Amino acid sequence: MEIKRGIPVSPGVAIGTALVVETEGIRIPRRFIDKARAKDEVERLRQALTEAVADARANQDAISEKLGKQYGAIFAAHALLIEDPELIREIEQLITQKGFGAEYAVSKTMRRHAKALEALNQPLFRTRASDLFDIEKSVLSHLVGHPGDPLQDMQEPAIILAHDLTPSETANLDPKLVYAFATEAGGKASHTAIMAGVLEIPAVVGLGRLLMDVSGGDEVIVDGNRGVVILNPDEETRERYLVLQRQFGSFAKRLDELRDLPGQTTDGTCAQLLGNIEFPQEATHCIDRGADGVGLYRTEFLYVNKTEDPDENEQYEAYLTVLRAIGRDKPVVIRTLDLGADKMFHRADLRVEEKNPSLGLRSVRLCLRNLALFRTQIRAILRASHLGNVRIMFPMVSTLMELRQCKMILADVKEELDEERIDFNRKIAVGTMIEVPSAALMAAELAKEVNFFSIGTNDLIQYTLAADRTNEHVASLYTAGDPAVLRLIDRVIRAADAQGIEVCVCGEMSGDPLYTILLLGLGLRQLSMTPQNIPEVKKIIRSINIEEAKQIAQEAMRFETARDVNNYLREQTRRILPEVVVN
Amino acid sequence: MADILRQTVAITNPQGFHMRPMAAFVEVANRYPACNVTVTRDGKSPVNGRSMLGLMGLVADQGTELVIEVTGSDADTALQALIEVFQRNFDEEGDSPRV
Repeated sequence: MEIKRGIPVSPGVAIGTALVVETEGIRIPRRFIDKARAKDEVERLRQALTEAVADARANQDAISEKLGKQYGAIFAAHALLIEDPELIREIEQLITQKGFGAEYAVSKTMRRHAKALEALNQPLFRTRASDLFDIEKSVLSHLVGHPGDPLQDMQEPAIILAHDLTPSETANLDPKLVYAFATEAGGKASHTAIMAGVLEIPAVVGLGRLLMDVSGGDEVIVDGNRGVVILNPDEETRERYLVLQRQFGSFAKRLDELRDLPGQTTDGTCAQLLGNIEFPQEATHCIDRGADGVGLYRTEFLYVNKTEDPDENEQYEAYLTVLRAIGRDKPVVIRTLDLGADKMFHRADLRVEEKNPSLGLRSVRLCLRNLALFRTQIRAILRASHLGNVRIMFPMVSTLMELRQCKMILADVKEELDEERIDFNRKIAVGTMIEVPSAALMAAELAKEVNFFSIGTNDLIQYTLAADRTNEHVASLYTAGDPAVLRLIDRVIRAADAQGIEVCVCGEMSGDPLYTILLLGLGLRQLSMTPQNIPEVKKIIRSINIEEAKQIAQEAMRFETARDVNNYLREQTRRILPEVVVN
Repeated sequence: MADILRQTVAITNPQGFHMRPMAAFVEVANRYPACNVTVTRDGKSPVNGRSMLGLMGLVADQGTELVIEVTGSDADTALQALIEVFQRNFDEEGDSPRV
């Protein structure tokens, strides 16, 4: 049994057979065979080995001719490795004695040796592990033939393990066949993660080294609630997860029944629960989960992976798709472009070398430097505002001056539309995100100039604690429960209340059930989150009265360390709603 | 039981007994199917001289002494050829890649 920790991006628990998708996409179809068939299986193995040796020798000849004999020798070594009598004996034993399928036996054996080589701690030999993977791939490809795209070609349900999945690969996964997936790369805000949530496939990403330690066919548990992946679980762990899986399933079903009920405490205090979306199609997910609107519509997808900027109409159409799904009355908060200069691949003119992109020319800073781009988006948003309850929000504002510049451009574009006699909502609500500590500290002043605040906790935590959570060495510093973060949030809520403007939290914190009571108790009445989290958060809100939430929040604010805060909130949340999964 | 022929070789090359001479060694061993070839590093159990993985597992870096043992018919020619592998390949290190 081996336990790996990563970033949970889509909730749910799954237990199943691993389908390891490597770059070349070879899959291992079957873990065990009927022992009566062992002889045929060994025959199949030998055939594949012979073919793989022939390939290696052909490579040797070709490379020797092209680059010189000494380079061809690399493949001679490969051929000899494939013919290695000890290796073959080991693989055949797994087939005849343990009833492993040939593919599984090959993969198991090669990985065991690769790991042993890595463990030698000899640089020269460590790199040999990659030679073994190369050989594994070659033998496997002869065993399974060329099945094409393994993801498209799935016959049996499985848990997909990959280095990374592209958003389109993820989008095309069949939730009926893919119980869950786990990847070595990726982060919480990646499109792959977002698509997993949309498809409701439990997923954990950012696991670091994973594929090396697993063979296709191994039993795997993916816990998308906690961000844990367990390889070859022992019996006890397996049992525990089977129970957890049942609980989560039935709990999820009950959450479904909450859809049409308001997010209201036992004593009648209402909180608006809104959805965060990126793709227009996700708007229906908000509706499916009974969201009160869209609290954060990220517009980056319009710009990423494009060869040129989207024109005004393309943006306008995308916004309309969302408005159609959400309806005229429910709020839709459209956030202007929140991209880093490093992501604007198609715009050579915007690309700048930055030593430190997260402190660099990104988000609204980038827009203010590229007014044509900024104005086009604002025009599209204003035009859409005529057809629904559209609100506009500026991200990453760090000073009052920046906000004023944004508002000036907004006013200018409004004037332009007026002159062109184009309809728009003159009183469109304007908000700013509070995600930089400087903005949180200046909240009282900022509040005078906007209609609403939205606290972006992901960046606020990162900038307050100066910790990148994808950096494993400092990730433990990154937690929403840190007292410094809570003090900033509290300050922002007070500033908004004093000025009588709305305030929402739209980072991951708002969708994490651990913080629901705290946020409610601190005075928040709007929470915007991944639509999938809405029912669970709603369930907690409906289980508590507001006075109790306030007391818990007050108590939580007294702790001096993140650990104490989180432990306390975990305890209280479990007390109030025992079946909820809090990490 | 046939006699065991035995010879010790010292690895003098800075890169150790690496994959390319290892492959050459196995190729030669394979040319004598009637022989049993083992290689032993001090204090470790002998490995099959036809097994790349076994030889890799010796981690024979510079300064290591390896004992080559051969039994079976043609054992003396085989041993001679195997020893030559070491001399030949380690002589050519200058322009060869570290495979």
